Formats: sequence, structure tokens, C-alpha cells
Amino acid sequence: MKILVAVKQVAQLRDDFVPPAAGADDGAVVLSAGALQWSANDWDAFSLEAALALRDGALRDRRDDVEVVAVTVGDERSEPALRAALAIGAERAIRVWDEALDVTSDGADPLSVARLLAAVAEAESPQLILCGAQSADMANAATGVALAGLLDYAHVAVVSAIERDGEQLTVQRELEDGAVELLRISLPVLLTVQTGINAPRRPNLRAIKHARAADLTVLGLDELGLDGDAPATAAGARTAGLYARPAGGAETLEGSPAEIAASIAAIVGKALGS
Amino acid sequence: MSGILVLAQTRDGALRPVSFELIAAARELSAQGAGPVAVALVDHDAEALARTLAVAGVQEILAVPTPEPRFEAHVTQAAVEQLIAQRRPSLVLAGHTLDSLGFAPAVAARGAHGYASDVTAVSWSEHGALARRPAYGEQLVAELDFPSKETVVLLLRAGAFAAAGGSGGGGRSGGLAPDEGGGGSGGLAPDEGGGGGGGSTIEHLALDLAESSRSERLELREAPSDEADLAKADFVLAIGRGAGSAERVAELEQLAARIGARLAVSGPVVEAGWAARARKVGQSGKTVAPRVYLALGISGAAQHLAGMSRSRTIIAVNSDAHARIFDVAHYGAVADLFDVAAELDRALARQRDLDRTP
Ligand SMILES: Cc1cc2nc3c(=O)[nH]c(=O)nc-3n(C[C@H](O)[C@H](O)[C@H](O)COP(=O)(O)OP(=O)(O)OC[C@H]3O[C@@H](n4cnc5c(N)ncnc54)[C@H](O)[C@@H]3O)c2cc1C
Ligand SMILES: Nc1ncnc2c1ncn2[C@@H]1O[C@H](COP(=O)(O)O)[C@@H](O)[C@H]1O
Repeated sequence: MKILVAVKQVAQLRDDFVPPAAGADDGAVVLSAGALQWSANDWDAFSLEAALALRDGALRDRRDDVEVVAVTVGDERSEPALRAALAIGAERAIRVWDEALDVTSDGADPLSVARLLAAVAEAESPQLILCGAQSADMANAATGVALAGLLDYAHVAVVSAIERDGEQLTVQRELEDGAVELLRISLPVLLTVQTGINAPRRPNLRAIKHARAADLTVLGLDELGLDGDAPATAAGARTAGLYARPAGGAETLEGSPAEIAASIAAIVGKALGS
Repeated sequence: MSGILVLAQTRDGALRPVSFELIAAARELSAQGAGPVAVALVDHDAEALARTLAVAGVQEILAVPTPEPRFEAHVTQAAVEQLIAQRRPSLVLAGHTLDSLGFAPAVAARGAHGYASDVTAVSWSEHGALARRPAYGEQLVAELDFPSKETVVLLLRAGAFAAAGGSGGGGRSGGLAPDEGGGGSGGLAPDEGGGGGGGSTIEHLALDLAESSRSERLELREAPSDEADLAKADFVLAIGRGAGSAERVAELEQLAARIGARLAVSGPVVEAGWAARARKVGQSGKTVAPRVYLALGISGAAQHLAGMSRSRTIIAVNSDAHARIFDVAHYGAVADLFDVAAELDRALARQRDLDRTP
């Protein structure tokens, strides 16, 4: 069995980035590359671990060989996400990039990314595809199920447990209000994985070093058989502008911890007393 | 054709309140020129539930019965694809809910439609839809447009748009959303149908869904009972990942007991095994609205806010001045939660003494 795991290097505003106040200049924000810092998406660590756990399980039970392939869509800045995947045990790593894409400007459209991932999946024919339930920066929670739609794979979103029984999976998905649903579904399938589903393993130093030097496959649109305008055509939306978020109306409690605690006590006393 | 297609949402035979928030948003978009509002109900009991959707501003209710009495993502996907193909709406509105996340992105990608999720505000002009949603960990707001898309699928954040009609929970207005549902205040509701939606027609659609299901439900596990007694609590002390360890959470639970608060936690605290699932507040946990919600070390992700933003008084302590929790808090302190927690015991005891002496 082959498992394709989509991983994303996510962008956060640097701690020292101060957005203009909403209201000033409409609060429009222009982001320079220097305003962002990059890290691996939280959710993807759990889907990677889920893939490796399925591989370990198959090995232990002397079942099929499982190959874990990590894939990302992004420029060189997204390589750490792939090297981290290699360091904890993914067999191969693929990066898709083309000048026609500009991930930095608006975080990339989830439907465009899904279109590119679909081309990779068509070449790889995995029986299982794992995505994160969402990305920490854009929180689209869309890429995985969009990809499943394009490939016509069966799919389950926001999965918090996975068990394999041959060609079938039993998965648990989260619902609102703390309910969960247990589903049985047949491979091939795409799942989007929720955090907390497992305890991601940590790489050892040797593996990290090894991964740092490993070859990554880099594919452009040509190699995937896509036109230069494919990402733009597939996009679900265009970012017309970025704005400062509306300021909250919280009253600030100042002072030493003791003074803050005293203020809180007074507020609580009043709120409960009335 | 054109117009707005609202996808009402159900859970095992009952309408979910977000349905009326979607209708309210649709009504406002209709008033801005997006066309008539049709509401589709894709559910085993669609025929029985359809009438409850007849509220002001809904022209048409489309009852689409499904083979099984449960939500199945591929069945709903097939139904919505057929509805879009038949009716070619310019807008499809669904809730940004766990069910929608299971089918809506697939519908949008396959149909090459416009798409945006977690939309907090939306408007319509001759150029089409304009939507706002969070970006960069909710530190910024992105404005999206959908050039050359005939149909745009939008998932609206639950609670961001006030509800229409008699049901549903109201909530914070999403800026461009109507201020109030129900009686059509502020002249927002187009052609008032008089006594609550006398104008809606109900159409029964038999779509081809027999072969669409691709999963089998083994079990639905209801939420853990409210053993943590959160729903009725007046005072909730909520702890986030900032607490850092199981030991610290246990200490804070003792603090909660001493100060007369119930302990609640964010998702990651449960996932780390530091607290029981029954204590989780948020979209996939409990919804609470106590008199006081004191949040320590919680960043304020949308999924957490979904479960507590209607609390009467929200107080937040977080070491990060940019934390989103401060946007919904009434009072906020940028401080180390342990420093403040260490003083809270004493401060609350003193406060109680003060309250007692007239
Ligand atoms: C489909 C879905 C459903 C979800 N459902 C829920 C849900 O029901 N409930 C829920 O809570 N989450 C839910 N989540 C997860 C949610 O997206 C966030 O990841 C989560 O709410 C973050 O929890 P947190 O604020 O505790 O952690 P973080 O976001 O990691 O925030 C920790 C905060 O603690 C602060 N901090 C750290 N140390 C200190 C200190 N010493 N003193 C003061 N402050 C400190 C930091 O500044 C930070 O703001 C869901 C996610 C998805 C995708
Ligand atoms: N640029 C990308 N490259 C690879 N995978 C991605 C990318 N963007 C999103 N994904 C996958 O989709 C998941 C959810 O992201 P999103 O739909 O943006 O919330 C991520 O956890 C990844 O698994």
C-alpha cells in the first residue's frame, strides 16, 4: 500500500509585525516577505504519524509493505516540512513548485493546491491519502476534501481515529458538541486528520542529518502535465485585499500579577453578585 | 438561472440553528441584488422538516429526501452537485460546520466553482460576491472576490450572522450581516411575507442518490454527559495549552474548586491527555454561556470561541498581546497565567470578605 501525505509549511506573522489599526487607511495591509515566519503545520505531524503507524502495523502483522510519500506545494521555504517528514521515516518527498504559483502573496488557494496535488496523486496512485484537517495559517479546512473530489476518492473529514482491516478502514470523525461517528469505508480513501489523534514520534539526530542531505523530487507544472494557467483556473477565490482585523473592545487590566488578580476578583465578584 | 441556494443543515432528523443564520445572510444578499432565496433540505426526513423552513424571505423550499436517516458526505455531495447543475445558483450558502467540511470542498473543486470557507461577512454587488475570512492565524482578515465564477460556494461561520425566523441562536453580527432576524427590523428583509414566510413554496425533488453512499455508519457516539457540569455553571475557569502540563492543569483544577468555578479546557488540553473530553469547550466540545468565563493561556481560535463567545463576562489572561481571545474578551490582561493564578486565591478570598462587610 502506498500512503500519500500532504504537508504544508505555514506562514505566521512575525511577533514584531504590527498591523495598522483598523480604520487607518481602511486598515489595508501589505505584507512583505519579511513580515512572515514559517513553520510546519501542526495538523500534518499527526497525519504523518498516522501513516507511519499504519506502516509499522502492517510490518508487525507481516502484511503488505507500506510506502509513505510526503508531498508539498511550495517554494524552497517549504522544504523543512518535507525534510521533517523524511527525518521521521517517510520514504520519499516531493515538492511541487512553479513560477506560476505565488504562495507568499495570499497563502495560495486551497482549490489550486488541490489541483496540483491531484496531478501528483494521479502519478503516484496511492491507496490512502492523508491531509491535515486544516492549516494553521489559512484554516481553509478544504484542501483534502477538494483533492478527494477531483480524484473521485471516497473521503472523511476531521478524523480522530483510524484503524485498518485489510482493504477497509474504520475511522472516527468529530461532530459538533463532542459527538463522534464511527464509519467503515473502503480503500482507496482520503482522510483529513485532526490533531491529538496520536503522539507524533520525534526524529533522532542521525535521521535529521540524513534528511537534511536527502534528495527531494521537485516537479513543475510541465512535469505534471498541467498548463501554466491551471492553478489560476482552478482557484476558488482571489485575494482582493488584506486588512487588519477589527480591534476588540477589551478593557486592559494593568499592573502587577497581584493587582491583575485583584481586578479579576472584583469583576468576578460583581458579575456573580448581580 | 441565478439566485441563492441555502443548504439547510440537520443532525439525525433535526434542523440545526445555523440554518436560520444562513437564511438571514441569504435574505440580506437577496436585498443587495443576488436574486431569490431557495433553501434545500437534504435529509431523510426532508418532507416533514421542510415546513419549518418557511420563514420570511424564503421563496422556495426544496425537499430532497436521502436514502438513509443520517448525514453521509458523498450522498450530500451528489445531491448538491445535482441541485447546482439543475438550478445554476450564483451563490450556494452552507455553514462552516463539520458536515459541510466533508462535502463542500469536493463540490466546489469538481464543479470549478468559486469557494471560500469560514466566511465572517459577505456582500453582493454587480461584480458578484465579496467575502471576508480570517488569514494568517486570524491575525488578519482577507477579502476575497470570485471573478468569472458562475457559482460561488461559501461556508459561513456559525454565530457570525444573526438568525432569521423564530429559531436559532442569534449572535454577533458579521459586519455586513443583518443586525436582527425575525421581524425584519431595519427594513432588511425583502418582501415581507406577512406572518412569517407565507410566501415559501415547497417543492419535492427526487434526486438520484441511491448509489452515492460510500461509507457505513457503525455507531454514533453522543457527547459525553455533562459530568463536568459546565452547562449550568455561573463561573467557568478555562485553561488552554499555555498551562503546559498535566500537573499544572491539575493544580488549576484545584484552584477552580477553591474559587467556586468549574474547570473547562481547550481542545489541545484534552488531546494531550491533561483533562477529560467532557471538559472541552468549542465547536467539537461543549457550548457554554456562564456569567463569567475566565480564560487562562487560551489563544482564542475560532473553534474555541464558537463554544464560549456568548458568555456574559469574558476575562482573558494571555502572555501574547496579539492573542485573538482579547478580541472577544471584555477584560484582558497581558501576563503570565501562573503569576496571576498564584494571586487569584488570595484576591478572591479578600473580595469575598469585602463583599460581606457592608
Ligand atoms: C474541526 C476542528 C474542531 C475544533 N474544535 C475545537 C474545540 O471544540 N475546542 C477547542 O478549544 N479547540 C478546537 N479546535 C482546535 C483549535 O483550532 C485550536 O487549535 C485550539 O483552540 C487552540 O487551543 P489553545 O488556545 O489552548 O492553544 P494555543 O493556540 O496553542 O494557545 C496557547 C496560548 O497560551 C498562551 N500562553 C502560553 N504560555 C502562557 C503563559 N505562561 N501565560 C499566559 N499565556 C500563555 C499563548 O500565548 C497562546 O496564546 C478545533 C480544530 C478543528 C480543526
Ligand atoms: N501548499 C500545500 N502543500 C501540501 N499540502 C497542503 C498545502 N496546503 C494545504 N495542504 C494540505 O491540506 C491540509 C489542510 O489545509 P487547508 O485546506 O489550507 O486548511 C494541510 O494540513 C495539508 O495536508
